[in-house]
Amino acid sequence: MTRLRTAALVGNPNAGKSALFNALTGARQKIANYPGVTVERKSGRLVLPSGEPVELTDLPGSYGLDATSPDEEVTARVIMGRYPGETMPEVLVVVLDASNLEQHLVFAQEVIALGRPTVVALNMVDLAERDGLVLDPAALAQALGVPVIPTVAVRRRGLDELAAAIASAEARAATDHADHHRPFTDLTERRVTAQAMARAAIVSETRQHRLHARIDQVLLHPWIGPMILFALLFVVFQAVFAGATPFADGLEAAAGWLHDAVRDAMAPGLMRDLITEGVIAGVGSVVVFLPQIVILFFFILAMEASGYMARAAFLMDRMMAGVGLSGRSFIPLLSSFACAIPGIMATRSITDPKDRLTTILIAPMMTCSARLPVYAVIIAAFIPNRDVGFGVGLQGLVLLALYVAGIVGAMLVALLLRRSITRGAASGFIMELPKYQMPRAKDLFIGLVQRAWIFLRRAGTIIFMVTVVLWLLLNFPRAQEGQDQVDASIAGHIANGLTVVVEPIGFNRDMALALIPAMAAREVAVSSLATTYAVAAADEDQSAQQLGAQLKAHWTLPMALAFLAWFVFAPQCMSTIAVTRRETNGWKWPAFMLAYLFGLAYLAAGITFWAATAAGL
Amino acid sequence: MTLDQLPIGQDARIVAVDWGVLVAEEAQRLRALGLDAGALVSVAHRGVFAGRDPLAITVGRMTVALRRVHARAMQVELAQVGPIPVGPA
Repeated sequence: MTRLRTAALVGNPNAGKSALFNALTGARQKIANYPGVTVERKSGRLVLPSGEPVELTDLPGSYGLDATSPDEEVTARVIMGRYPGETMPEVLVVVLDASNLEQHLVFAQEVIALGRPTVVALNMVDLAERDGLVLDPAALAQALGVPVIPTVAVRRRGLDELAAAIASAEARAATDHADHHRPFTDLTERRVTAQAMARAAIVSETRQHRLHARIDQVLLHPWIGPMILFALLFVVFQAVFAGATPFADGLEAAAGWLHDAVRDAMAPGLMRDLITEGVIAGVGSVVVFLPQIVILFFFILAMEASGYMARAAFLMDRMMAGVGLSGRSFIPLLSSFACAIPGIMATRSITDPKDRLTTILIAPMMTCSARLPVYAVIIAAFIPNRDVGFGVGLQGLVLLALYVAGIVGAMLVALLLRRSITRGAASGFIMELPKYQMPRAKDLFIGLVQRAWIFLRRAGTIIFMVTVVLWLLLNFPRAQEGQDQVDASIAGHIANGLTVVVEPIGFNRDMALALIPAMAAREVAVSSLATTYAVAAADEDQSAQQLGAQLKAHWTLPMALAFLAWFVFAPQCMSTIAVTRRETNGWKWPAFMLAYLFGLAYLAAGITFWAATAAGL
Repeated sequence: MTLDQLPIGQDARIVAVDWGVLVAEEAQRLRALGLDAGALVSVAHRGVFAGRDPLAITVGRMTVALRRVHARAMQVELAQVGPIPVGPA
């Protein structure tokens, strides 16, 4: 008997596949991309009753083998064994939502008809029972001709039985070499059969007023629904910015401690400076955003797991349609407020390629957390802490204006793009609204750990390298006696050249110099300015204060405002460009993104500077 | 009558769909979600604020969000509230 090595979960979206996958594999998961495309490949180890491990893959949710999105394409090709570099899964586990059989059985029939070793997981039987639906798995197994195991992934019910069924499906895998021809039934036939099978499997059914319909009466109400959404978004942002502060401070203190420890432990020299000023300061300045990203993703994952995210997309669709997008773009744009990178990766769920491209191109305009330190320092230094009435502070108002400027800019750009470069048929919005479910802590935890790891890995690779390169540019060639190191360095020379370009919009050389390291990550602009103005500070607060005083001495108010306007639009983040290249498979769109965002930033800063100067500020 | 005109909560059956007016991928997606001739449907929600887009359609045990332009392509006839939706007659 050959040893079973691979199995895959397949099924419609919202069949509870991911929860089942988490329950079967625990935290032993590997997330990667399928080669050539940006569809996430999730695999983990399932231990069979015999103790043997199996590599279990969670294939993207799909409605059929005729793909309509990149995700479905991957699923279809992996199942058929036509994905280069992917071994064909030996056992297919079809996951069905027990309370939506007449829909989910359509795809199930298509998979079973391939003649491969198949097991059906009749998932979420508890939710079906909650809705008054009692099913007979044996009847369904007879109709389908494959084993049917009732499961409740979130309560770990039926998992051992499912593992046993996967193990015994293997015996057939070894003996039975079914051909892999496509089934010859068409969609309508499969649908009729699905309805008959679903009817036959129902033991009893009461027409209860379903819970999710009642919740939707409120959450999808034309007036109350959007207000609840906006209130929720307000709470999310409040939590992201207020709740993350203590953790961010802790991380910052840890980075500071590490910095001091290394400085004290090593002999003075370039190597020590590289590690402390380059690596620790550079990577540390990015890692402090981890708490904000984790908090934002906690809300996003909870909204997705509960089924509310699809409702948010529904509520936002009308507004997004106004600029030629659809409600589906709302989810990636929301993520982009933490960081454009996960936001751009989340565009994968958008089926229309032009919609997806437009969303990718505008995502960097959502004010990500890396802009906050820049905004905070400049606002604190130049905007008086004055009450403008109703308990609203002028500083907070300016911060809000910067956020709004990014959103409005993004919407205008989307409108323009959809009428020019990404012109096409008005994009539609077709989306299943899944049943509401209580998010499970373990699934949220696994999701958060995965997001945090992706972020940290980026900080440890791309940002690490860029930081080192910038440090080298700032420190070589070495300054002669009596010469300033920044002036002598390659970066200094680049800044001199850059100053010629940015002088018309009010930037001086120090500002131009700050823009260079800010290409790695925007927040580095702050530490760069601090270095340039040679402020010796024990901690960030003090440094921000002293830096503020220095800025006031060197900059005028119009210059400061222009600098803020620049950062609303400037694509100052290498990682965003890199991820755009990966997601669009080429340099064309990242190059376009760079050009148009720098153009916008230049214009916005220029207009701000000229207007503020003319107004006599 | 087309699906976009159906009053909220009224059960109806899709009698014909003009697939030709829809984008091919969207037509395929709608069919995959069970929105096809013979399906028993009702409008669960319509519009946000004063708008009439998008719609939430109940089909079988699923709720599907779509736009008015898709609903307009679907001819429906009123149906009696049956105990359970059954396949095409």
